[in-house]
Amino acid sequence: MAAESHAVDLSHAMFTQPVAFADWLVIAPVVTTIIGGAICLMTRKQTTLQPWIGTFVMALLVAIDAALLLRVVNNGPVTMVMGNWLPPFGIAFTVDAFGALMALVGAVIALTGSVYALVDVRTLSRRYGFYPLLMLLMTGVSGAFLTGDIFNLYVWFEVTLISSFGLLILGSSRPQLDGAVKYAFLNLIATTLFLVAVGYLYGVLGTLNMADIVRSVRELPDAAPIGTIAALFLLAFAMKAAAFPINFWLPASYHTPRIVVGAVFAGLLTKVGVYSLIRILVMLMPENRAAMSDIIVWLAIGTMLSGVLGALAQNDIRRMLGYLVVSGIGSMLVGLALGTADAVGGALLYAIHSMLVMTALYYLAGIMRRTGGAFDLAGLGGLYGANPLLAGLFLVLGLAVSGLPPFSGFWPKVVLVEASLKAGEGLLAAAILLTGFLTTLAVGRVWLFAFWRGGPLGTPDGAEHLPTARVPHETRLAAYLPVFFLVALIVWLGVWPEPVFAVANQSALGMVDPSAYLDSVFGGSE
Amino acid sequence: MEPVLCVLITVLFSASFYLMLSTHIIRVLLGVALLSNGVNLLIFTAGRLLREVPPIIAEGQMVPTMATANPLPQALILTAIVISFSFFAFLLVLGFRAYQALGTDDVNEMRVAEPEREPEPPMGY
Amino acid sequence: MRTVIFRTIAPFLAAIMVLFSIFVLLRGHNEPGGGFIGGLIAASAFAIYGIASGVAPVRRAIYFHPMGIAGFGLFIAAVAGLPSMLKGVPFLTGMWTAIEVFEVKVDLSTPMLFDIGVYFVVVGAITSIALALEEREFD
Repeated sequence: MAAESHAVDLSHAMFTQPVAFADWLVIAPVVTTIIGGAICLMTRKQTTLQPWIGTFVMALLVAIDAALLLRVVNNGPVTMVMGNWLPPFGIAFTVDAFGALMALVGAVIALTGSVYALVDVRTLSRRYGFYPLLMLLMTGVSGAFLTGDIFNLYVWFEVTLISSFGLLILGSSRPQLDGAVKYAFLNLIATTLFLVAVGYLYGVLGTLNMADIVRSVRELPDAAPIGTIAALFLLAFAMKAAAFPINFWLPASYHTPRIVVGAVFAGLLTKVGVYSLIRILVMLMPENRAAMSDIIVWLAIGTMLSGVLGALAQNDIRRMLGYLVVSGIGSMLVGLALGTADAVGGALLYAIHSMLVMTALYYLAGIMRRTGGAFDLAGLGGLYGANPLLAGLFLVLGLAVSGLPPFSGFWPKVVLVEASLKAGEGLLAAAILLTGFLTTLAVGRVWLFAFWRGGPLGTPDGAEHLPTARVPHETRLAAYLPVFFLVALIVWLGVWPEPVFAVANQSALGMVDPSAYLDSVFGGSE
Repeated sequence: MEPVLCVLITVLFSASFYLMLSTHIIRVLLGVALLSNGVNLLIFTAGRLLREVPPIIAEGQMVPTMATANPLPQALILTAIVISFSFFAFLLVLGFRAYQALGTDDVNEMRVAEPEREPEPPMGY
Repeated sequence: MRTVIFRTIAPFLAAIMVLFSIFVLLRGHNEPGGGFIGGLIAASAFAIYGIASGVAPVRRAIYFHPMGIAGFGLFIAAVAGLPSMLKGVPFLTGMWTAIEVFEVKVDLSTPMLFDIGVYFVVVGAITSIALALEEREFD
């Protein structure tokens, strides 16, 4: 019904320009990872070959995403419609700077994950499909970042979800099954709610293409139905992003799988939720986002504080990191709550920072376990004496996650605090700063207990009881390489943030004013 | 036809929400299955209902000459059915395995990942 | 469940169902049918065979691991989208060609290749879940 109201130029569809070879970059991340995952599935018994295929495909993915980002930043958004259909009807992949940047950082996380997995994932788990599942997870994540169709977004969410289930229960220990039950049900209900919202949206607008939705929402005489739909989207994606008060599934499950799986999840999954929140509420339904702004402010404050307070109460480092992931989501929600270009850019910067830092912290927790023999604060101690390098890396990451200069966490917080003050939300700015302070306490305590004191709980003051576990050389290389790489990126973002700032600003402007996005889909015909 | 389907969707949704409020995995699973069926009907209804006019474009035409049934919802629903079917199969296996390994299907009693009496973080050296 | 009648009938039934699934797969382009439903029929054939004579004979009969079959299907389905790159049209655009086999025109297309991929994905994934469940129940 509503679809007929647009005057669509049919001749445009009949005489489309041939697709340039470079435009295949739009679809390449998805196709590459699907084919890589399929090859890994077929060679499931070649457990020594799989890591190499996995690492090669992930490196290829990073290169493709980098090329895509470069093209999008220079030439504006790119669209490809599957199967040569007319734009509003076919499934469109539309890539703008926002999606391309997130996809690139996601690919970097997956690349470090596939290297770290060399030491962390044993032969049996490889056989049960770690690498295929990681690649299919990346198919889903890349697809979600790059698609321009809201139903297709739902499909990529489900692809991501089913591969994450597989990764989560790899090994099938009792805690894993326990965590997986909570993770699986809550996330499935969230994506089903997302589908409910998509169904309503289709009923009201008669279209699923994001660019077409932008157009149709503006033309709609009555904004009331979209308000309900926007609230449903907020609920569904807030659940996926682990926002307060529906964040409890994350700390219940992220500490149960292998450390590399937890690291990749912490880097990727919740950020896809945040990305979709920003994409749908800021770009597609700006008026309704503004109407819900007060609620989102409280969601953001609640998420930041509940996350960091939860982190302060934990003894197990992995569980503490799970709560810090939640706390970081709160800072990204600040961008959503304010909705200005500055704030959205800050949220994007914070998302990138959080992806890199949380993944690196999980890897470090794994190395600390190998060196010190425990994951809990009571059992760790004397790590500084045993391994000063590890201590240095932890200090860098700890300062970065707390948002202290000169590391990557500082700039996004500056931008977000400034944007909040400009919007007159002093409470929000105070919450960001308080969260930073409490995070410093939580991370500082790990530093104090695990690194600074002489040995595990019960070691007398002044005495030294250093852990003696020796890690083999090749294990060390594969475990430290990803951490070094991530730390280098974090330092780079801290001391020279201009290039990323520029891209983030361009992305945020594209979100607030999506005319370039529309032009890319409809061929500039308007 | 729409009001009847709306009532049916409401019944499916409320039954599924009721089931999902249970603490037993198997009921939650049935609730999720009902919910996905409700959503499929919702998309079907949202695509507008029309009787006996197949969406076939006559030869030599570019667009259908009269109002036809909407062909898109069935594609969307088929996708959603495939996805919810595979998730149902997966969750069934997961729930079964969890029941075997943990000895309970009551989520309140599943406290392996988050033990009831977790040690507090150390307060001093 | 494992009566003499069922055990005798099951192999024949499974064989006919697999044949029928291929028929359903190939008629899928213009008539009701297709890769997904065909795959489900084939998977239920393996499930029936598994219930009748145990999981091990099924695993021997299909030779490849079910997840390997699913991977093969995924590979075919993804590759089916690529030929359109050569023609300069978007991903997954249908390409058609016809060949003569004994003076009968047979239409070949990339959508058919895609559907075959879907068939293998469904066969592999559902069979692997069904066999995993049966293994736990009967062994």
